[in-house]
Amino acid sequence: MGTDSVLVGCGAGFSGDRLDAAAPVVRSLIRAKRPAAIMFETLGERTLALAQLARMENPDKGYEPLLERLLAPILEACLQHNIRILGNFGAANPLAAAKAIAGLGRRLGCRPMRIAVVQGDDLVAAGQLGALEDESGRPLAFGPVISANAYLGAAPLVEALQAGADIVVSGRVADPSLALAPFIHHHGWALDDWQRLACGTLAGHLLECGAQVTGGYYADPGFKDVPDPHDIGFPIVAMQGDGDFTIGKADTGGGLVDRHTVTEQILYEIHDPSRYLTPDVTLDITNVELDDSVQNEVRVRGAVGHARPERLKVTVGYDGGWLGEGEISYAGPNAAARAKLALDVIRRRIGPDISMRGDIIGVASVFNDDAGQWLSQHMAPSSDVRLRIAVSSPDRAIAARAAEEVLALYTCGPAGGGGARGNTRRRIATASAYIRRDLVKTRIEMLE
Amino acid sequence: MNRTPHISGLEVPLHSIAHGRTGDKGNRLNVSVIAYRPEYYPVICEQVTVERIAALFAHRRISAVRRFELPKLWALNFVIDDVLEGGVNDALNLDGHGKTHSFLVLSLPIRLPEGMRPIINKTEETVK
Repeated sequence: MGTDSVLVGCGAGFSGDRLDAAAPVVRSLIRAKRPAAIMFETLGERTLALAQLARMENPDKGYEPLLERLLAPILEACLQHNIRILGNFGAANPLAAAKAIAGLGRRLGCRPMRIAVVQGDDLVAAGQLGALEDESGRPLAFGPVISANAYLGAAPLVEALQAGADIVVSGRVADPSLALAPFIHHHGWALDDWQRLACGTLAGHLLECGAQVTGGYYADPGFKDVPDPHDIGFPIVAMQGDGDFTIGKADTGGGLVDRHTVTEQILYEIHDPSRYLTPDVTLDITNVELDDSVQNEVRVRGAVGHARPERLKVTVGYDGGWLGEGEISYAGPNAAARAKLALDVIRRRIGPDISMRGDIIGVASVFNDDAGQWLSQHMAPSSDVRLRIAVSSPDRAIAARAAEEVLALYTCGPAGGGGARGNTRRRIATASAYIRRDLVKTRIEMLE
Repeated sequence: MNRTPHISGLEVPLHSIAHGRTGDKGNRLNVSVIAYRPEYYPVICEQVTVERIAALFAHRRISAVRRFELPKLWALNFVIDDVLEGGVNDALNLDGHGKTHSFLVLSLPIRLPEGMRPIINKTEETVK
C-alpha cells in the first residue's frame, strides 16, 4: 500500500453492535501511525422514527441510546492521536448528541474538542414534506408522519472536517458516506471525481456493517470457519489517493478477511450491481477484482463511477399500528400434531378478517408464509416444537389477542402445552420517497 | 432435473459448493450465491436459474426475480421482489429481514459434472 494512504476503521455497524469492538480498531490505527478516522454507523430504517418519538418525549433525547457507551472507550485516545470520529449516531437529535459527547469528554478529562453537528436531513423540520416524490417523480402524499429524513451524502461531512472538526455528528447520511468523507478530505478529491468517489463508496460499503466483512455473520462450521468468533476484529480500510484500496481488520482479536468474506459484503443489499445509487455517486461493481494473497488483507480494484443521482432518497416513518405475539411449547410424542391443532384452534377463534399468522418453531419457523402453505407441505413429526402466533392491527386490543388466545390454551387447548409467553407492541412503518437534492439544505454547527 | 450429457456426477446441495448472504430493502430481498472455487461458477450459472429461484419462493407470492452475473467475483446476485410479506416493519413473520433465506437458496440440489467434488463431501451433505 502506498505511503500516501489514509486509514478509516469502523467502530459499529448497527445500533446494537458489540460495544467492545471500537477500542481494538483505534489501537490498530494508533500503531499504524498514519492519518486515520473511525466511523460509527448506527441507523436502521426504523431507528430515526423511534428516535423522533424519543425526542418528542424528551427534547434532550432522540440520539443513539448507546452513544456514551460506544465512545467512552475510545474518545480520549482518538482526541490525543487526532483520529477523527464520524457517526450518524445523532439520529433525530444530532445537537443533543454533540452536547452529550462534550459532557462525556469533560467527565473523562479529554482535551477540548471541536464537534460538528450536521443538520438538514430532517424534512419535517425543514417543512419539505410537500416536495416528496415517488420513484418515477410523481408527488407523494403521506398521512401523519413521525419522521422524514433525506439520505445526505459526504459533502457536509467533508465541510465539517475541513472546518477542523474532531468529531462529526449527523443524523441520516448514506452509510458509505461516513467513510467516503475522510477519504475525500484527506486526498482532496473533487466531489464530481466519480471514479475516485466510486472507489471510496465501495470501501465505505464494505466498512459500514462492521464485522460483516471480517468474518462476522459468516461462520458455517465445517464449511466457513472463523477464528475466535467471540472476538472479531472490526474492519480497517487503507485508501490511496488514486482510489486503490485494501481492506483488513484490527490487528488483534479474531475474524477473517479474504475474498469470500469480502464478496459476501460487496453484494450485501445490492440490487443491480452496475447501478448502486448513493447520494455521492452511482457505483458500478460489475468488474471489481479481489486479491487476497496477503493474509487478512484484500486488495480491491475495478470499481467504476458515474454521475450521482439528481434526487436524494428519503425514508418516511409513520404509525404502523400494533403487533401482538404469543408462543407456547409442545414436546414428546405427537408434539407437532398437538401444536398444529392449537394453531387451527386459534385461527378459527380469531377468524379470517384479522391479519394473523402461525408458525411451528421446530418444523418451520422462518421459511413459512402467512397462509401457512409451506408449513402444511413440510409438516413432519417432531418431539419438541413451539407454536408462535402473530396478529397485527391498527387496534391494540385486537393485536393483544395473539397473547390472550395462546394463554387460554393452558386450560382450553390441546394436551401438554407449556411455557406460554406473549407481548404486544407498537410498530413503526416506513416508506421510501425521493426529493430533489437542491431542496435539501444542509448546514454545519460547530460546538467548541 | 438437468439432462445435459456431461452432467452425470454427484447430486449435492448448493451449500456444498457455494455460500451466500441476503440483504433487504423494504419488501425486496437480494441473495448472493458465491462459488467456493472458480470451477463451480459455471455449474452454478447453469443450474441456479431464475426459474428455480422463483419456484423456491413461490409460496411467498413473489412478483419478480432478477439475476445478475459477476464472474470476477465467482458470484450471482438474485433480486426477489415482494418476498418478505411486508418487510421488517410490516410483516407477521419472525424474520422480517429475510436474513435466513440465503440458506433456503443454498438447499437447492445441484448435479455436479463427472469428477467434480464438493468442498466437503460430508455424508449428510450428499443427497445421493
